[in-house]
Amino acid sequence: MTKPLLQVRGLKIGATVYPPGEKPHDIEIVHGVDFDVEAGKVLGLIGESGAGKSTIGLAAMAYGRGGVELTGGTVHVNGRDVLQSSVRDVRRLRGAEVTYVSQSAAASFNPAKQIMEQVIEAAVLQGKFNKTDAEQRARDLFAKLGLPDPDNIGNRYPHQVSGGQLQRCMTALALCPEPDLVVFDEPTTALDVTTQIDVLKAIKDAIRDTGVAALYITHDLAVVAQVSDHIMVLRMGEMVEYGTTDAIINHPQEDYTKALVSVRSIEHEEKQPTEPVLRVENITARYKGTNFDVLHNVSVDLSPGQTLAVVGESGSGKSTLARVITGLLPPRDGTITFAGRTLTPDQPSRSLEDLRELQMIYQMADTAMNPRQTVGTIIGRPLEFYFGLKGDEKQKRIQELLDEIELGSGFQDRYPAELSGGQKQRVCIARALAAKPKLIICDEVTSALDPLVADGILKLLLNLQKIEDVAYLFITHDLATVRAIADSIAVMYQGKVQRYGTKSEVLTPPFDDYTDLLLSSVPEMKLGWLEDVIANRKMESAGN
Amino acid sequence: MLKNIPLSAAIGLIITGTYFLAAIFADVIAPYGMAEAVGDVWEPSSSEHWLGTDQIGRDLLTRMIYGGQTTILIATLATILSFATGSVLGFIAAVSGGWIDQIMSRLVDLFMSIPSLILALVILSSIEATVVTLVVIMGLLDSTRVYRLARAVAVDITVMDYVEAARLRGEKLQWIIFREILPNALSPLVAEMGLRFIFMVLFISTLSFLGIGVQPPLADWGGIVKENKEGINFGIGAALYPAVAIATLAISVNLIADWILNRTTSLKGGRG
Repeated sequence: MTKPLLQVRGLKIGATVYPPGEKPHDIEIVHGVDFDVEAGKVLGLIGESGAGKSTIGLAAMAYGRGGVELTGGTVHVNGRDVLQSSVRDVRRLRGAEVTYVSQSAAASFNPAKQIMEQVIEAAVLQGKFNKTDAEQRARDLFAKLGLPDPDNIGNRYPHQVSGGQLQRCMTALALCPEPDLVVFDEPTTALDVTTQIDVLKAIKDAIRDTGVAALYITHDLAVVAQVSDHIMVLRMGEMVEYGTTDAIINHPQEDYTKALVSVRSIEHEEKQPTEPVLRVENITARYKGTNFDVLHNVSVDLSPGQTLAVVGESGSGKSTLARVITGLLPPRDGTITFAGRTLTPDQPSRSLEDLRELQMIYQMADTAMNPRQTVGTIIGRPLEFYFGLKGDEKQKRIQELLDEIELGSGFQDRYPAELSGGQKQRVCIARALAAKPKLIICDEVTSALDPLVADGILKLLLNLQKIEDVAYLFITHDLATVRAIADSIAVMYQGKVQRYGTKSEVLTPPFDDYTDLLLSSVPEMKLGWLEDVIANRKMESAGN
Repeated sequence: MLKNIPLSAAIGLIITGTYFLAAIFADVIAPYGMAEAVGDVWEPSSSEHWLGTDQIGRDLLTRMIYGGQTTILIATLATILSFATGSVLGFIAAVSGGWIDQIMSRLVDLFMSIPSLILALVILSSIEATVVTLVVIMGLLDSTRVYRLARAVAVDITVMDYVEAARLRGEKLQWIIFREILPNALSPLVAEMGLRFIFMVLFISTLSFLGIGVQPPLADWGGIVKENKEGINFGIGAALYPAVAIATLAISVNLIADWILNRTTSLKGGRG
């Protein structure tokens, strides 16, 4: 048997942590991981945030990011142990034998230089090609990756191409020096579903055509199922399960893998619309200083105690709709009726009652909580502010709320930094609930969370809806979430409501072209799904 | 909180503490009266007069202690005034935005375009220099710098979701400024405070040296330099003591400010 291209044995990775009030100390974040990547094969690394998957990916380049140290084990690339190599040898390895594609191409390209210059830089610097040959190779790769006008796109600057295109340019950059191995670190996570599918296809084809091996890092099992030959499931720096893609998807052995595969197991009975608590009529809105309407004639209704999901890609106007309803962005035209009252367009002139009954939960729980306030203060403030609760009464109510969000009493005195991502979002939910609202606007509340954690949050929200009879306006780009929790759905596209109705109406064919594109683009945990979808598409995605 | 205190901060605390204690208990520890002539002109240091005497035979150590009292008192009060006005106005401008911010910021720009020493000279030439007027003039002139810093820091904070959440809750300006923004803006402000305090010490010393600051017979460090500056021609070091005092105070206060900055930025994962 030939030696594998990448052989990792007993890899241990450590880092120094600086907990508040304690002496800094070293912790181990990856506890001895073994795997191989054969030439021309793709290994998917999958796990939640903090599982160590990116750290392991970078270790293949003998690199530890941000104070991370490779403390033990061996990493052989083409038979050489790169952890023992000299700096000079490692430099020859990076950008030549092993290359890297990062999550955010927008943040990785130098905005002041043309794309071509950056794509060929490593290949020329490493002496693999001269400038003319490298440029020719880059143009071939642009064509292979399905970029428009491959002969000239390299002359553009990064801001002149779309996010999906830039991500493909980055893939071209990684493939340009003819590497043996490419590390893809969540290359499609930041993209819309409809764009993701094209990038995914381009990456998959490029891998196949160039015969390069790849490490594909992601938290989305359905995505990795489309591109990889083998999958390794990681959790907290340890391997949970390793096997062929088919084995992992169809016959998972470990409980954790089973949970990942069967995620989104939420049961939710669709409710029929009644007299609406929120009625949005013919809203047209634009941002100050622009002459472009972000919302055109948007009308939706939401019944009490039900969930309206607003879905669409980034830029479709769904978050703007939330800003209009909360009064942060007064609309140019249209009215909003809430609990039988017509809301004034701007927030400062609204009554305390209106403010109390309309609460909001944000995408990033990190920035939605004041880092200098304890959980008790964060939840207690609305109680104090709206109901004038003080002392024991307030404490009792805080306790009740903490119980409702399934956190213990010990959390009261903690600061947000001492909570995990899921716990933070729970506290934000408790803050919204404390006001006893009739409507909560949930703006992408689960998209920053790991799938299992997000699942817990959605279950909690549904539970609370039953108890408190609160309506949710649920803004999301994730159709799996929508299927799980919505009673009615509004599909938004370029500021207009493209399709609107109860969940069963919206999700039942015949579809309009955009809804079809959106629905079909959600990755499914099925081998060969990617090819099927691309073959059956009626409409090109906007990323092209 | 005093555990694991770094050496530099300990040195800073000891020196600053000594100066402040000497200022507070000046009446108790000063060996002679402040304006009492007790010896010859410019006597060298001896067991009776540890630092020697000044240009009219007053004990220099006594003058230094009382001078420190005046200098530190004025600098401290002026710093407090400057931070109270500067940061509150800066926060208001950042939170309000729009034309309120524009008017306030352009006014501050206008004041900053005039050198503060010259502006202070003009104002002090028309009104009497007492401790109160000095504090008010210095504090308000310096608050323009604090305003700029506070506004810049607060502008970053006001766009955070938690401030938006507070606004959506219906919170008033007061809560947003003092409960949401101030705690998160504290680290850069405290660091700046150490620096501004030193500028205040230099400012009051400069004014006194020019003769329009603290008026005799009251002592202050700048005044002592002015009174004894002729002595340098004769090799008398009396004018150098206040200079040393100003320099050591400046360094030690900044050592403390650095330490506080380090502590507060790592505390509970606050702003970096």
